[in-house]
Amino acid sequence: MTTIETPVPQPSGTLSPGSRLFTLASRYGTFVAFLALIAFNIAVTPNFLSLQTLNVNLTQVATIVIVATGMTLVIATGGIDLSVGSLMAISGALAPMIFMGQFWQVENMAFAVALAILIPVAVASLFGLFNGLLVTRFSIQPIIATLVLFIAGRGIAQVMTNGNLQVFKNEGFQFIAMGRIAGIPAQVVLMILIVILASAMIRYTVIGRQIIAVGGNEKAARLTGVPVKRVKLLVYMISGALAGLAGLVVVARNSASDANLVGLGMELDAIAAVAVGGTLLTGGRANIVGTVLGAFVIQLVRYTLLANGVPDAAALIVKAGLIVLAVFIQQRADKR
Amino acid sequence: MSTLLRPFAIKSSGDLARLSVILALFGLILFGALRYDNFVSSYNILSFLRYNSMFALIALGMAFVIITGGIDLSVGGTAAMASVVAALCSPYHWAAGLLGGIAAGLAVGALNGFIITKMRIQPFIATLATMLAAYGTGLLLANNQSVSVSYDTGFTVIGQDDFLGFPIPAWIALAVYVLGWLVLEKLPVGRHILAIGDGEATAGLMGLKVERTLAAVYLASGALAGLAGVILASQFGAGQPTEGVGWELFAIASVVVGGTLLTGGSGSVGATLAGALLLAMVFNILNFENGLGWISLSAYWQSVIRGTFLLIVVVLQAKLMARHNAP
Repeated sequence: MTTIETPVPQPSGTLSPGSRLFTLASRYGTFVAFLALIAFNIAVTPNFLSLQTLNVNLTQVATIVIVATGMTLVIATGGIDLSVGSLMAISGALAPMIFMGQFWQVENMAFAVALAILIPVAVASLFGLFNGLLVTRFSIQPIIATLVLFIAGRGIAQVMTNGNLQVFKNEGFQFIAMGRIAGIPAQVVLMILIVILASAMIRYTVIGRQIIAVGGNEKAARLTGVPVKRVKLLVYMISGALAGLAGLVVVARNSASDANLVGLGMELDAIAAVAVGGTLLTGGRANIVGTVLGAFVIQLVRYTLLANGVPDAAALIVKAGLIVLAVFIQQRADKR
Repeated sequence: MSTLLRPFAIKSSGDLARLSVILALFGLILFGALRYDNFVSSYNILSFLRYNSMFALIALGMAFVIITGGIDLSVGGTAAMASVVAALCSPYHWAAGLLGGIAAGLAVGALNGFIITKMRIQPFIATLATMLAAYGTGLLLANNQSVSVSYDTGFTVIGQDDFLGFPIPAWIALAVYVLGWLVLEKLPVGRHILAIGDGEATAGLMGLKVERTLAAVYLASGALAGLAGVILASQFGAGQPTEGVGWELFAIASVVVGGTLLTGGSGSVGATLAGALLLAMVFNILNFENGLGWISLSAYWQSVIRGTFLLIVVVLQAKLMARHNAP
């Protein structure tokens, strides 16, 4: 993972037309791709311009955006979090167990629902802290450190539920997915709220600047007094908590929790959204709005392919190509 | 650079880790032999070797990749796709199945090498993407279901039959490990691979062909994953497009347990084999323990145990590294 680049001598002053193209592509490429996808769908996909299509896409993209926002912060510090999908499974398994009274007798349902939201998110955030400790205390590479919970986390969720499907109907809890606030699906409101908070944190707060500083140059950040370890712990905790929240949204949406499936492959979608959205995977940058756009592009690509009868397997190949292309363009533009 | 000048004595923390994995392996075998009646039965030994040869092959490729400082997350998807290709080719000739599977692996390896060396994308992202692509291709070729192999051309001999009393997959793995040991320890290219892991820029300045060596390493990892896919198809009688999930983790864990540093620049072929066998032995012993009835662990515990094992190893390795780096 430690690729050291030999500095390539660059002609000073003028940019070659090629690298200017990469810069343009990295700055506006995602947006152009987004517009192109919409234009393509309007032309080709039947019934694309309908409220139902909008609803389907918005609700599906919400969980990706929530997780990818945390992932953006982690990647901005130069890390990565592979455990998000497994943490979604853990929190998704915990919540129904709480409000269905598997741990203790439920007397007040409103209270139980509040706990069923707070405890899983807190637990997921503690697992995030565990990731962070492995990265900071033991200096384990983030890929390997979060690989531990990527493997073990889903197992923990499966052991907790014995691999069984938990089916439930609970209006209070399911409000986070099914409810509507001013006509907008609650999960979409949740997504917008999180995106605004995260963007504000990056732009206006000290901790936000510190996150960027750690990813940009860790040594320099430490020398200028940035509490590097604490910043890293925080981003892994945020990523864990957001993954936990996304897990709740998924099980609430499905009226069921299946530890084998909740959040499966989410780490890929989230990383892809971040990469397509223009955040450098090597750290030092956090483009939350870009990540949202990236998530929309990935969701729209999947929707376009499925709505036009392309098999799911081919969609995988397209997604792979998209990730490679996006990262390639970002890195080229950065190197100019 | 210490690895380049390494004498035979225990000089580095890596050597200590390698020695301890071999000791741990013998300890586990002794434990199993004393505790369970049928542990050293020929049935258990042969089926253990037959099944785990696939993982040993993948672990060897992963070891080479990790020694260069990279990682190959695509091996599981590659093995799955190769098993499908092998199954589709098996009706023509047993060798067509074998070569077809290996060629499928080579194709993914070549793609990895291209994306990593030419497009200069981090190995982790590049192989994550090709993992998706390999699974997608496998599913497309197989039409989303497992593909039965031909039983008429002798293709199943590769995975199911014995030669001189030992399973053929075990012979294949042994041959490949000997080859891998020769490459890493005895050939110049082995030194180059170690040097690249120590520092790509330095290796480049020394005049080593960094890109070509890296591409060759990913090609080898792909070919070994393809070979594992061939054995998978041959052993279970079907190409399985959804198999292989988590294989990359098993391989990474084997390499790490074998004392190879994830930062690259050092590693050993023999210890990787010991690491793969050790991990497999843990599960073999858990199965026997379940059989005794004292404990009862559902299949879901497997991933928890695997994760915990990985955790213990990387934390120990980090501590060893910290001590090694301290003045």
